[in-house]
Amino acid sequence: MKTNKSENNLKELGKDLSKQIKKGKDPSLTFTLRGLTNIVFDKKTKSLSLGNKKLMRTFFNLAHAKKFLQTIEIASVSKNLIKEEKHASLRDAFYQIKRTIPNTKVNIVDEQPESDKAIEDLEVITGLSREQLNFNANKNGSVAGRVVISDKGDTIDWSKLGSGGWSIPSNVEDIKFKKVNAKYILYMEKAAVWERLHEDKFWEKQNCIIISSQGQTTRGIRRLLQRLSEEYKLPIYILTDFDAWGFYIYSVIKYGSIALAHLGSKMTIPTVKFLGITANDIEHYGLNKHLIKLNDKDIARMKQIMDYEWFKDNKDWQEQFKLMKKMGAKAEIQALSSRGISFISEEYLPEKIKKKDFLD
Amino acid sequence: MTKVIAEELAKKQRAISVSEFFTKNRHLLGFDSPTRALLMTVKEAVDNSLDACLEMKILPEIKVILKEITESRFNIVVEDNGPGIIKQQIPNIFAKLLYGSKFHSLKQSRGQQGLGISMSVLYSQLTTGKATKIISKISPNKPAHYYELQIDTKNNEPKILKDQTVDWDKDHGTKIELEIEGKYLKGRQSVDEYIKQTAMANPYAQITYLNPQKEKQVYKRVTEILPKEAREIKPHPHGIELGNFIKMMHDTTSNTLSGFLQKDFSRIGAGTAEAVLKEAKLQGNNPRKLDDKETEKLFNTLQKTQIMSPPTDCLSPIGFELLEQSLKKQLEAEYYVSITRKPDVYRGNPFLIECAIAYGGNIPQDSTLRLVRFANKVPLLYQQGGCAITESVLDTNWKPYGLQQSGSNMPVGPAVLVVHMASVWVPFTSESKEAVAHYPEIIKEIKLALQECGRKLGLYIRKNIRAKEQREKAGLFENYIPELASSISNLSGDNKSEIENDLKKILKKHIKNILGENEDENQQVRE
Repeated sequence: MKTNKSENNLKELGKDLSKQIKKGKDPSLTFTLRGLTNIVFDKKTKSLSLGNKKLMRTFFNLAHAKKFLQTIEIASVSKNLIKEEKHASLRDAFYQIKRTIPNTKVNIVDEQPESDKAIEDLEVITGLSREQLNFNANKNGSVAGRVVISDKGDTIDWSKLGSGGWSIPSNVEDIKFKKVNAKYILYMEKAAVWERLHEDKFWEKQNCIIISSQGQTTRGIRRLLQRLSEEYKLPIYILTDFDAWGFYIYSVIKYGSIALAHLGSKMTIPTVKFLGITANDIEHYGLNKHLIKLNDKDIARMKQIMDYEWFKDNKDWQEQFKLMKKMGAKAEIQALSSRGISFISEEYLPEKIKKKDFLD
Repeated sequence: MTKVIAEELAKKQRAISVSEFFTKNRHLLGFDSPTRALLMTVKEAVDNSLDACLEMKILPEIKVILKEITESRFNIVVEDNGPGIIKQQIPNIFAKLLYGSKFHSLKQSRGQQGLGISMSVLYSQLTTGKATKIISKISPNKPAHYYELQIDTKNNEPKILKDQTVDWDKDHGTKIELEIEGKYLKGRQSVDEYIKQTAMANPYAQITYLNPQKEKQVYKRVTEILPKEAREIKPHPHGIELGNFIKMMHDTTSNTLSGFLQKDFSRIGAGTAEAVLKEAKLQGNNPRKLDDKETEKLFNTLQKTQIMSPPTDCLSPIGFELLEQSLKKQLEAEYYVSITRKPDVYRGNPFLIECAIAYGGNIPQDSTLRLVRFANKVPLLYQQGGCAITESVLDTNWKPYGLQQSGSNMPVGPAVLVVHMASVWVPFTSESKEAVAHYPEIIKEIKLALQECGRKLGLYIRKNIRAKEQREKAGLFENYIPELASSISNLSGDNKSEIENDLKKILKKHIKNILGENEDENQQVRE
């Protein structure tokens, strides 16, 4: 069913362009503008989505032509993938359309961000997600816990995957949960921290699921979190560094991001809570000696985030920003190791979770 | 014991003459390497010729001939059509150090200390033992005088080896011939380059140059009009140092302090003079009778008193139109821009900045911008790194003006940048006069000049590069069409060649529109 819908949408796109050309019209694509000027924060669903501003991109325009071509090339690649029931990574997609146009010195794409952007444009134009267009992002992040799933006919037990855990694919739409035995999910910014908790069998002792990424949360991880949250009503706690970038990771999972606003509430999880590291943790757990001075970039980023609509009127969060400013410093999760290598899994996390010491 | 040593020392101690001093310290004046010595000698002679012509309002015609005797020995001849020098003064001007009229005056001029040409004579005598030959004639009705001169270094007095009257088929002028040890090189710091740049900064001069390889260059004048004469002004009280102040006080012809202040300085009237003296609690004294403390008090009070800036109409710029014409004559560029800034003042000294840029054409594409520096119309070929002009260039962000630049490095692009500073007193970093000192007022003015030229250059580059890109992109559509047709055909299942033909028709029909199209990234159509 899904494949059919994608194939039809792409065919419609082709037919529409073909018709325009037959009528002697400059072929054009009209789609919703993605970007800061067209982002709306929906207070009801508490997620970022796109507004009503539309863009028109035409082929016979010096500034649009190449982007136009890139988008249609990507659409063509996607059509072939769907037809052959294959998937391509973003990198694959880039190489599939990368070539020099005959008689010119122009490459259809020079850098991967160009094809990535064309894919995002195609998502908006067709109303299909990247995954529905058969493009996958790189695997990123690990998960462990008492969960059994089936993925393309294979049964996978997240508690029996050795030291690496299960690598989260970019598309988790088709996996089925067979057994989920956990009280909550702990999501952390850093792979190193995940490894610590995994080695300490934290998920086993605490009966939870631990998930990590490397820095920014990928779509696959966000969707996995969302499915577990919706289908099993599991609370999700976020553990990041005490800095603007960590706060942003939390913000993206909870409210959505500007880059993916076109996917709207499909990606956001309004129930997630921020576990740490908080300013109070630094005080309470005596991490003062492990602070890192804020640089200009940190301060600039903090100022931006402070003014986000959903943080602006949140007293608890404003308090955090105020304290960070006062300290003039940030701290990494790993600062907790100063209290002992397993301090995080044996004392910090259990205590915080028991006391429900979260920010919302 | 001690006494004996002191006596021994006393025997050795004696005043050394200026000539002896400069014999030992010739690097101070730029005679530190054979290459530079050759350049300095030519430079001093040409500077003198240009100044002499201008003073008497004669359109300069200068001949420079460099002959190689051996690889390390050169014969230099510089001949001008200037006013000539009266017989009695010839030995002093050429063979006595620090002899000259310029030292005590504040006037925009090439030389300042009266050291230049006699230093060359001294250098010639030191390195080759030869005498310097001079011919000078002041009028068609008077005979030409021929001298062979050296310097008596102990006493800093001319040593006349020959003194004759000769025939010279010239109405008036001066010719100097020296033999020195030197080295001839090509490149940015060569005599060739110096002559070329001198012609650029002095567009009313005609310069004929024959280099040691017997290549002849004639730089014809761009204009027949002599520049506005630089006017002599008295020192401004804020631009003078205590040492010179004391000297002026000693040399003054006034018998009262008030008279001294009013007569010997610019911008001090009776009112200001009285106010200063009152403030310093000195009244009517004879300037020569002040003690050290009183002198310093007067000096300091002057520095603290608000005094009107010096007059600035005393400067003689090259003029931006002429500078541009000179550039056009020497460089085949695509675009030229030039400006002359209004005069400003640093430490009581009036100065002004001129700037010109030549861009594109035959100027090499991918090398760093070439900087040509002038101070009072004299090219500065050495010490580029230590010069305030260079600092100003590096401190300017050239990217908005269409040149490439990484950090605070010299910008890259097909451009030649000319900067000229004219002042009654150019503050050089050393006596060899190759780098302008870093006064904030000067750097600020240079940067403003650069920015003004830069903005115009940037406008031109953007406009032209855009046009060129548009033409190229128009051609691109034709090549894009088959690619687009093939993809749309794949998506829609429609015939590829039909789509291709239809697209080609659209391009043909709307080509003018397409090229004239504005280049907004995306057109917003509706909310």
